[in-house]
Formats: sequence, structure tokens, C-alpha cells
Amino acid sequence: MAETREIDRIADLWALLDGVPDPEIPVISVVDLGIVRDIREQPDGSVTVIITPTYTGCPATLLIEQMIREALESDASLRFTIRTELSPAWTTDWISEKGKQALKEYGIAPPQPGERDVPCPRCGTTDVECISQFGSTPCKALYKCRQCLEPFDHFKCI
Amino acid sequence: MAKAENNKYSKTIQSAVAEYALRLGDNSLILGQRLGEWTGHSAAVEIDMALSNMALDLIGQAQHFLGLAGEMEGKHRDADALAFTRDAHEFRNFWLVEQANGDFARTIARQFLFSTWQKPMLGELANSTNETLAAVAEKAVKEVSYHQSYARDWMLRLGGGTEESHHRLQRALDDLWGYTGEMFAGNGVDDMLVAEGISVDPAALESGWTIEVDAVLAEAGLTKPAVERMTSGGLKGHHSEHLGHLLAEMQFLQRAYPGLEW
Repeated sequence: MAETREIDRIADLWALLDGVPDPEIPVISVVDLGIVRDIREQPDGSVTVIITPTYTGCPATLLIEQMIREALESDASLRFTIRTELSPAWTTDWISEKGKQALKEYGIAPPQPGERDVPCPRCGTTDVECISQFGSTPCKALYKCRQCLEPFDHFKCI
Repeated sequence: MAKAENNKYSKTIQSAVAEYALRLGDNSLILGQRLGEWTGHSAAVEIDMALSNMALDLIGQAQHFLGLAGEMEGKHRDADALAFTRDAHEFRNFWLVEQANGDFARTIARQFLFSTWQKPMLGELANSTNETLAAVAEKAVKEVSYHQSYARDWMLRLGGGTEESHHRLQRALDDLWGYTGEMFAGNGVDDMLVAEGISVDPAALESGWTIEVDAVLAEAGLTKPAVERMTSGGLKGHHSEHLGHLLAEMQFLQRAYPGLEW
């Protein structure tokens, strides 16, 4: 019984953090983005939340940690520590399917391995061109659709 | 993690790691600051975003490398203290990265020469026996791949572009070439750390760098500059006049209001 409760507790925490949005792309949560790597129960009953930054110099890193802290603090009985780990390095492979779908609906083309066939998130054609490998945030590149002529962001594959 | 590592080194190795991390951090910090000078001044918004994003990546690297340097040095200085309260002679960056931005061609030439060195260097450093160096390198190398390909693309476009763009890029290369030797020179710190599997042997990076640079110069129709003697001194804290001006601007706030926080 005790074990089941423990699993439930960790699952509840994952669900709680899934409610924390990325500050730059609010349709995707910090869990879907793969920033929250692990939630570990410690022998003393506290939990350790492992997080990893997307880009080394991403200015949102501190804000994200603060938002995660605030969410965890909403459970007054929870004792926790947040630890940042750089290795293994964050990769776009860690973005969940739910997250990729949310990105697409928001108008951001989700990461495509190889980056050759990036479909336009609006009309679906791959007749697109890369305008700049560097976009409005470190994680995005700027594209333009040649069919519907819409400019759009592409989540860079790293 | 870092604390345990700290204890496992002898005092000599520990101060060598501090010196090496300082060099890595200073190169990233100074070039990041230089690229940041372009923010709001580029010819097109895409260029502005690219240079600013690259600046962010580099400053992110600097935070980690300087953080390690401060820990190893053991003088209670964190990354901010090292960035904002040291004078020019205490910086260990290459002359190449402190050179003024000049025009866009000059900025691109500097970036290409540096990123083509930094990318394989970080790739190797990801195998370091020092966990912090390895973790930062493993992450940063993915970002620097974008810097290198961006600079490479612009080398080709400017080199094969108009007479004016070609001329300006060739002039920038001629001016900067003499600072490239320093990237492969190293000093006593390297001998010690390479033997420990902690750092990357700078001399071993030269042949790969030369192959890539030669190929891009040939494709862009540029002439490889001939320099009789390379200029160096950054690893000893000797710098060109440009660094002092850069620091005067970068450090102003912390110098005027020590310890000021956001």
C-alpha cells in the first residue's frame, strides 16, 4: 500500500508540473518540453526534481526554475530540492508527442530530424524556405511557406 | 559533483584547471560581448537575431566555465565576480575574439575562424575526465555547430558576392589571420592537463581546422593570407588595446555600483 501511495505521489507531481507552461511558448509545458528530467523520492521523504536547460544561454532558464519552484510550493507539505543537470544534454527528441502536437497547433513547426522536410504548420506543404537559422528565441529558426506565404517558426532540432 | 571533483585534484592540477576554465570562459565571454554589440545595429533583423542568439549561447558557456574556474581557484569568486571585477591583464582570452567588430565582413571572418576552432574543440572536450567540462562541452557543441555553419554560409556569400563584399572579407581575413596561431599554441597548463585527460591538446586541433578553413576559402574564392609571425599573448594576460575598451563598457555597472543586483 505504501508503495502505491508513493507512486501516486510522484505521478501527482508530474501532473502538477505538467501545468507549468514554458514562459516563451505557453502552449507547451515544461514537462512536454523535456526540461523536467526526473522526480526522485528521497529516503527522508523529500523529493528531488531534476531539470535541464534547453540552451546553455537561454534567458528563460532562471524564470522556468522559479515557476517550477512556485508550483511545488503550492503543496505546503512537500519538501523538495530542484537540481540542474547539464548531462545528458537536452535534445529535441525529449519533446513529447503531446508537446509536438501543441507546437504545431500553435503555428510552430515541431523539430524534424534532418530539418530537410519541414512542413508548414498552416498548410502542410514542405515547399518552404529557411529565412534564418536563428529566430526569436534560441530554440527556433525562422521559415517561410512558399505556398501559403506565411512566415513561421521551426523548433530547431538539436 | 563539482565539490567532490575539486577534492580529488592536487593543488597544482586544481589551479591548472582554474586557468584552463578561465581561458575557455574568457573566450566565450569576450566574443559574446562583442556579438552583443550588434544587437539593434545589424543591417537586417535576421542578422540581428542570429548574432544576438550566438552571443547568448557564448555567454551561457562563459557562465559555466567561469563558475568552474572560480570553484577551482578557491578564492570565493563566482562567474559574475570573475567577469566583472578583473582587469584586462587577468583575462586569458585569445586576441582574435577581442578584436573590434568592424564591418559585418570582419565580424563574420572572426566568427568563422573562431567557431571552426571551437566546434571540434568542444567535441573533444565532451570526453574530458572532468565532469563539469565534459557536460558543458557536450551541450555547447550542439549550439556552436549552428554558429559555425552560419559563419561558413556568410563566408561563401560575401566571398562570392559583389566586388565590394569580396574585398571587405579579404581585407578582414588579412587583418585577423595573424591572431589565429594563438588558438593552437597552448602553454604549460595544457601539457599538464592533456596528460590527465582533462583538456584538449590545442596543437591537435590545427590540421582539422586548416582543412576546413582552406576548403571554405577556396570555395569562396578568397586568398589564404600569408603571415610571417603570429601575434599572441592572451594566455599570459597580454592583450591588444581593444580589450580595455570592451571591459570599460561591460564592467561599468559593477564597477560603479559594486554588488548591484537586478
